[in-house]
Amino acid sequence: MGVIRTIAGRELQSYFATPLAYVFIVIFLALTGLFTFYLGGFYERGQADLSPFFNFHPWLYLFLVPAIAMRLWAEERKSGSVELLMTLPVTLWQAVVAKFLAAWLFIAVALVLTFPIWITVNYLGDPDNGVIVAAYIGSLLMAGGFLAIGSCISAANRNQVVAFIITVVICFVFMLAGFPLVLDLFSAWLPGALLDAVASLSFLTHFTAISKGVLDVRDVLYFLLVIGVWLVATTIVLDLRKAD
Amino acid sequence: MIRADGLVKTFGSRTAVDGISFAVAPGEVLGFLGPNGAGKTTTMRMLAGFVPPTAGRAEICGHDIGEAPVAAKQKLGYLPEGAPSYGEMTPGDFLAFIGRIRGLSGANLSRRLADVTGRLQLGDVLHQPIETLSKGFRRRVGLAQAILHDPPVLILDEPTDGLDPNQKHEVRELIQAMAPGKVIVISTHILEEVDAVCTRAIIIANGRIVADEQPATLIHRSRFHGAVTVRLTRSADLPAVAADLAALAGVRTVETDPHEFAVTAFPREGERLLTTVSSLATERRWPVEDLRLEAGRLDEVFRAITTGPAPAGGA
Repeated sequence: MGVIRTIAGRELQSYFATPLAYVFIVIFLALTGLFTFYLGGFYERGQADLSPFFNFHPWLYLFLVPAIAMRLWAEERKSGSVELLMTLPVTLWQAVVAKFLAAWLFIAVALVLTFPIWITVNYLGDPDNGVIVAAYIGSLLMAGGFLAIGSCISAANRNQVVAFIITVVICFVFMLAGFPLVLDLFSAWLPGALLDAVASLSFLTHFTAISKGVLDVRDVLYFLLVIGVWLVATTIVLDLRKAD
Repeated sequence: MIRADGLVKTFGSRTAVDGISFAVAPGEVLGFLGPNGAGKTTTMRMLAGFVPPTAGRAEICGHDIGEAPVAAKQKLGYLPEGAPSYGEMTPGDFLAFIGRIRGLSGANLSRRLADVTGRLQLGDVLHQPIETLSKGFRRRVGLAQAILHDPPVLILDEPTDGLDPNQKHEVRELIQAMAPGKVIVISTHILEEVDAVCTRAIIIANGRIVADEQPATLIHRSRFHGAVTVRLTRSADLPAVAADLAALAGVRTVETDPHEFAVTAFPREGERLLTTVSSLATERRWPVEDLRLEAGRLDEVFRAITTGPAPAGGA
């Protein structure tokens, strides 16, 4: 655990040593505010809840999380520091988990900084705060899923821009897996049972369920499983390609 | 103790390392030599556990690098090629990070940090981001990182690359000071370095070991070993001198160098030439500017070994 904390700590420090952290947080906060009030019609709806706020999270994450994830491993491989890290007495798994946790914690910080909107809605009305807590948890879990996908793609590519683009595409497919846009790609040749399986992978379906205040174990487990599977994939990819 | 046992690495159809075996004991400083692309770095990466070998195995202090990588890496200090680090960090933060990963903490960590920053003279740059430092400082940060936990085994890939002559000298002294009781493997393409710090030299060409001996023995392979060179003033009769030298009993052959105005006499097997040549020079009153006994030329041995057909004598 000590090693994971040390590596994660270094990662977090490096976010704040460059403009990355500040740019990300400012843009994240600005966009959530913009979407909530203008596109979401926060006031016009006349309802004391945060669904106009959370509804846009998947779309924000689609671009912002890959921006964080793209550098996770691509940068280490490009600069050669991966050779240093992998020759320290650290297992591959520890390094993968530590870097993932650092990035996830960083997104959590950005998410926590949206608290003024929570205060606002409580000031204006009488929202169901249980639903809001559930939605925050769901949002963080979904960000973790995107991040784990990005971690794996970043491990497979030396080029950060390529990693970003591929991650966005894969995240998009996962997000909308339950919707005709993606499902139609599979419906022609996949049997019904597998099609249902693809549909059940949809980030959006699981997130919407949680953000309505239903913190179902299956939805939580789904995101944790997605994170686990993609981190295992990251480890395998790194093991194969770290020295290329 | 380092042991490499039949290490092979192939990348696609290209064989980078083709069956390398050797063992290094404490107190030895092994110099890894070879032309660029000969497989030095790949071999070191396999020893350090970064690249898994296609075949063969390596062990550090009795720990197999493939089966017990963490135990092996704890015994190892490694400077990767190009001395990579985290550019946005300062040397102080970076070294503290490495120390904590290596299990150092508290007073012990501070003591080790003070020791390596002193040894590598990093005191002035401890709080500047590494990416703003010169190549020489970055290399020294990499070296500091490798020796921070005072490991019994050091593998250094081109430790003096990018350093100025003074810094090179200091790093060589550092390596020599650490050598007793440690296993040190360095790679270099600077031949004088092998002569200066190594107790043993391995030359690699095309992924195979083509020589494994002491630098002094290696130098004896030079055809210049034992030869005597006479440099004369411009007024001298160079062909006459060459003819006189060639007539000496112990001389196998002579070569003249019209640019340097010098004649080199090569001895027959087991002959010593210096005294006979110098008395001949006195007797004939040659206008000698310089008379010297050649120890041998390492670069010439290196060229002969790495470009010619592989001679016997590899491990």
